[in-house]
Amino acid sequence: MRIKEHPILNFDHTVKIQFSYNGKAMVGYKGDTIAAALFDNGVRHFSDSVVHKRPRGLYCAIGNCGSCYMNVNGEENVKTCLTLLEEGMKVSSAISEVNDD
Amino acid sequence: MIKRDLVIVGGGPAGLCAAKVALDAGMSVTLVERFNRLGGQLIKQTHKFFGSESQYAKTRGYDIAEILIKELDGYGDLEVLLEATCVGLYPDKVLTIYQDNHYFKYQGKSVIIATGASEKVLAFENNDLPGIYGAGAVQTLMNIYGIKPGSEVVMVGSGNIGLIVSYQLIQAGIKVKCLVEAASKIGGYLVHASKLKRLGVDILMNTTIKRAIGKEKLEKIVTVKLDENWQEIKNTETEIKTDALCISVGLSPLHQLMSMAGAKMLDVSELGGLVPKKTCDYETTIEHVYACGDVTGIEEASSAMVEGRIAGLMAAKHLGFKHPKAFELEETLNNQLCVLRQGPCGEKIRCGLKKAGEIND
Amino acid sequence: MIEKTAVPDKNQIKSRFPSKKVLIRPKAIIECYTEIPCNPCETSCPFDAITIGEDINKIPTIDFDKCTGCGICVYSCPGLAIMNVMIKNGKAYFKIAYELLPLPKVDEKWLAINRHGDEIATCKIEQVMPPKKTNNKTALITVSVEQPYLYDFVTIRRAHE
Repeated sequence: MRIKEHPILNFDHTVKIQFSYNGKAMVGYKGDTIAAALFDNGVRHFSDSVVHKRPRGLYCAIGNCGSCYMNVNGEENVKTCLTLLEEGMKVSSAISEVNDD
Repeated sequence: MIKRDLVIVGGGPAGLCAAKVALDAGMSVTLVERFNRLGGQLIKQTHKFFGSESQYAKTRGYDIAEILIKELDGYGDLEVLLEATCVGLYPDKVLTIYQDNHYFKYQGKSVIIATGASEKVLAFENNDLPGIYGAGAVQTLMNIYGIKPGSEVVMVGSGNIGLIVSYQLIQAGIKVKCLVEAASKIGGYLVHASKLKRLGVDILMNTTIKRAIGKEKLEKIVTVKLDENWQEIKNTETEIKTDALCISVGLSPLHQLMSMAGAKMLDVSELGGLVPKKTCDYETTIEHVYACGDVTGIEEASSAMVEGRIAGLMAAKHLGFKHPKAFELEETLNNQLCVLRQGPCGEKIRCGLKKAGEIND
Repeated sequence: MIEKTAVPDKNQIKSRFPSKKVLIRPKAIIECYTEIPCNPCETSCPFDAITIGEDINKIPTIDFDKCTGCGICVYSCPGLAIMNVMIKNGKAYFKIAYELLPLPKVDEKWLAINRHGDEIATCKIEQVMPPKKTNNKTALITVSVEQPYLYDFVTIRRAHE
């Protein structure tokens, strides 16, 4: 959910960006990273741990922890928290359960 | 291979300040930043800064970022690489930069590492459930993207980050259910804690997280009270419903590049973990490779700015570049750092620097 | 105690106030109880009423003869630890820094809150200076409460709907 009003900051959520996540159409805003837009669309389960396949969510959001790696436009292991969302992007995760929310 | 007088890794407060001073001294500078804009973690700091005027006290963090970035305007010999990750640093000061699916090789006559720090995790059952975040991640979601991280939040840790992010959650219209702190004293500035208290936030001392509960994502947490020896007290477990848990239990220096290059590293808990051994000129054990900011020990951004300026100045000086105000600046900056660190809040960093052999008394 | 609770005790609070006679004019009450490296109150005061000194970790002291109650330190303090206080006709008037939404409106009745976060009374909103660039995006709200709450009041909260 987006913050509508804030005492200190102004957010510009006017320019929409269409993208897809695991085949599902989603909308983000200009300036969003992929991870931010996914989070806003209710995605909490970003990846699975390598050995035990435990669900992993966004943890650091600034490129350190590596729990938000996804496939973006066919490229594997993209840090979605650092990559800006672009129109028409095809994002997919390798998680075992796709019906996240 | 692209050759530069100075390559700086990290465009946060330390890196930006280092760049400005080095440019003033006449160096050619490449500034490498992983994110799509400069400013580091300053860009999500909505609170007014502490410190004194020379560190932009009373200015809000994101405004400080803007000031520091503007200061770099108009320098012909500055190259800024955004969305560029430095993935390698070698003893001959060669750096591998990954940008836009390509690897570039740079060599600096000197290199400044200002990579900052990453958030520590806390060990408890199910601590990896989605819905458990570093406090900084929550701050990023809220203050950069305008996204609410949850409907209700429990904060762990009463250091300045935990206190400030809790306050910022309330500013964003999100309920802070409580703040838990394992120690028996509030870790951060009391003025920050008082702000939370008057807004009705419960601050639970001697309390930690026992486990998280949830299938695909966080649903509940269980807290437990600790005695004076940090042992769990029986029958004090409390279940709290929440969809977001914020972990703010300290930061670790992002030391990897320096470890990789073979700089001598020291493990100093007061500084946050592994830090490079360095001289008072901020030079590591690799000649002409400097380190400044949180990567040399966890502190406030005010200190990172001053350290960055000193590192920039020293990088220039050791290669024979003359900063127009080199002499005064060196003294002023060192004095500023002393002042920032001399009170009771500076005790930990003073102790850490002493262990690292960088200060004496 | 304050380092466990974040709430100063009554004596600590009173030590920051001048005598009630002095409070016939607005004065800055500085609630900075522990040493932190910070001095914008000193450097922003146009009347040199606040002193910290070269060691910016020291706790500020204020000269109430010099303080005019102008309010600049109230919005300059990064810790939101300063408010202006005045007593007039049995009422205490507070000018506080406020960084939340929604902003109150003049003449509204809001809840008066103490340092523990508890509701203690209702207060009347007397004046609202909205957040601007010149006050560093910090709104300044003037409220009046009954004088007995002089040492208890610290902030406002919107009354329950």
